[in-house]
Amino acid sequence: MELKQFIETRKKSKSPLVMTHVVCGYPSFEDNLKELEIMDEFGVDFVELQFPFTEPAADGPLFVKANQVAIEQGVRVGDCFDFMKRVTDRFSFKVLMMGYYNTVFKMGHERFVNRLKEAGGSGYILPDLPIEEAQELHQLSLDAGLTPVILMTPTNTDQRLEQLARAAHGLVYVVARKGVTGGKTQMSDDVAQFLSRCRKFTDLPLGVGFGVSSKEDIEFIGAHGDIAIIGTAALKAWEEGGAEQLRAFFSQLEIQPN
Amino acid sequence: MDLFDFEEGREGYYGQYGGAFVPEILTSTIEELKSCFKACKEDPGFWDEFEQLMQQYSGRPTPVTYLPNLSKKLGGAQIYVKREDLNHTGSHKINNVMGQGLLAKRLGKPRVIAETGAGQHGFATATMAAKFGFECKIYMGEVDVLRQRPNVFWMENLGAEVIAVKDGQRTLKDAINECMRDWVANMDTTHYVLGTACGPHPFPEIVSYFQSIIGKEANRQIQELAGRLPDRVYACVGGGSNAMGIFQGFLDDDSVELIGCEAGGSGTGIGHHAARLAYPDASVGVAQGYKTFFLQDDDGNMLDTESVAAGLDYIGISPIFPYLQEQGRVRFAAATNDEVTEALRLVMATEGLIPALESTHAFARAIVEAPEMSKDEIILVNQSGRGDKDIFTVADALDDDHWKCFIRNKAVEYGA
Repeated sequence: MELKQFIETRKKSKSPLVMTHVVCGYPSFEDNLKELEIMDEFGVDFVELQFPFTEPAADGPLFVKANQVAIEQGVRVGDCFDFMKRVTDRFSFKVLMMGYYNTVFKMGHERFVNRLKEAGGSGYILPDLPIEEAQELHQLSLDAGLTPVILMTPTNTDQRLEQLARAAHGLVYVVARKGVTGGKTQMSDDVAQFLSRCRKFTDLPLGVGFGVSSKEDIEFIGAHGDIAIIGTAALKAWEEGGAEQLRAFFSQLEIQPN
Repeated sequence: MDLFDFEEGREGYYGQYGGAFVPEILTSTIEELKSCFKACKEDPGFWDEFEQLMQQYSGRPTPVTYLPNLSKKLGGAQIYVKREDLNHTGSHKINNVMGQGLLAKRLGKPRVIAETGAGQHGFATATMAAKFGFECKIYMGEVDVLRQRPNVFWMENLGAEVIAVKDGQRTLKDAINECMRDWVANMDTTHYVLGTACGPHPFPEIVSYFQSIIGKEANRQIQELAGRLPDRVYACVGGGSNAMGIFQGFLDDDSVELIGCEAGGSGTGIGHHAARLAYPDASVGVAQGYKTFFLQDDDGNMLDTESVAAGLDYIGISPIFPYLQEQGRVRFAAATNDEVTEALRLVMATEGLIPALESTHAFARAIVEAPEMSKDEIILVNQSGRGDKDIFTVADALDDDHWKCFIRNKAVEYGA
């Protein structure tokens, strides 16, 4: 699998790898491109492109606003795929679609897989699609060489983690804490213990997200997991001070170069 | 028809609708709720406990009232009304809320949260929380807070914290999203008292279960009063909880036609109404945890909805209803804001009843159809709530000069 090989290669010289997040069309596609240039400059390995949805129930206030404004500005699903194509043509990081299942459902599973493939995407994250409902979509995706990323969460029982592990491919998105995106996570023994609980059930790389924002967080994830996933903190930096602030934010993270 | 006897591997599905599309973090909470509810359903004492509670606390059974003046004026079918407005807190919402209060007690959760549109469900939840000693937070769209101040006043004075949700369309759907966001952070201590037969499984089943008390009573009462079953039963449908409640009492009586009345808003055309099944504008989608017909665009993003009744102003509909529509068991129609205002005037003037604007949608449809029926036919309308809460909206719609004068004087009194 394409994504798996990419991770294995990069992991040889770098720990942890870094994934970031951009909400398509917020504040604008031009700004998205500037953000991505900076992310690329600092050696980001993966980027989630979030397709805006009117009911982003798993997101915190900043991403909720971003989703809403993007839609108000007229961002359509087609624009997001076009943008993804531009991004994957230009940058070396891997791109995942992130969004809500209705975007995929409304388009149709097969059409979604084809469009994602054509746009150069490597896979997707759909936080409101449980594995029980995902079998057909996941199979179509795997047949097309795309990676469906599933989530493991601290409230899952061991039995559930085992089920999730069986359904997982490429990498696992480990949700570091309860709640929605944004806000701080105390990277503590609890998170370390949860990561080792996940590790018992899967050998796939563990990406850790929700509340990742500092150099210490990145070091912690390097020690206990494989991929640091940075979401709200980067958008917050951009909101506060545009390109300059975003560059300062990535600079303090001291991400290892590729 | 047992809607809740699910096929193997299709738990929570009604035909192709329903399911449980929840973030992974809630999986164990949903499992816990499912097993608690199952244990309650199988406990022979549980329903009795619930019924007694509703008797003592909410004045159940609510009566069925014959409306001779309205029937005569319309010159067709004889009209009867199931009086859910006579419940404590003024609507059917209390049925589900007290039931879920018993669940929350069994779950050992000290805190409850709820979304609300018209405020009736929030009001009922705040009442239940006060009685059971739960901490309570109510999420309500900012638009609804503005148009339903009387209910907000009561919720706050009952000890609940009311949060005005400022995202999205700032109505019921946005309040539901905000509840989900609270729940994914606080599920250890918190039960989400979902107010309608929507959302992820097992909520449509739980809400229908507690609301079935309406139909159970109504079936018996109408036969006692009218001597036989009704020919048609009308209920308004926002999420669908009062309609599920009364319809369940007649699902197996094939001679009874069931009519769901949706919000026709200011007229046909996308964005002007909240009619998911009566109009052709909605399509199947997955949002807010379940699969049903949503008013959405080609990208799967939700459209704006409009209704004079906050409680019907919603993008989705209980997943049980598209299934019942496909089975030919429930027919759907819509009533416009203007029809609703007219119907309210008529019902008040002829019978001295003040139905909530939501419930008036059911009256409005019955008023259209009754004259086409014969005098020995029988109509049963579910008056799901009382209209006192709507005084500001109704006074506006009726352009009442005395009311405006009162408000102006009050404003002066408060130093505005």
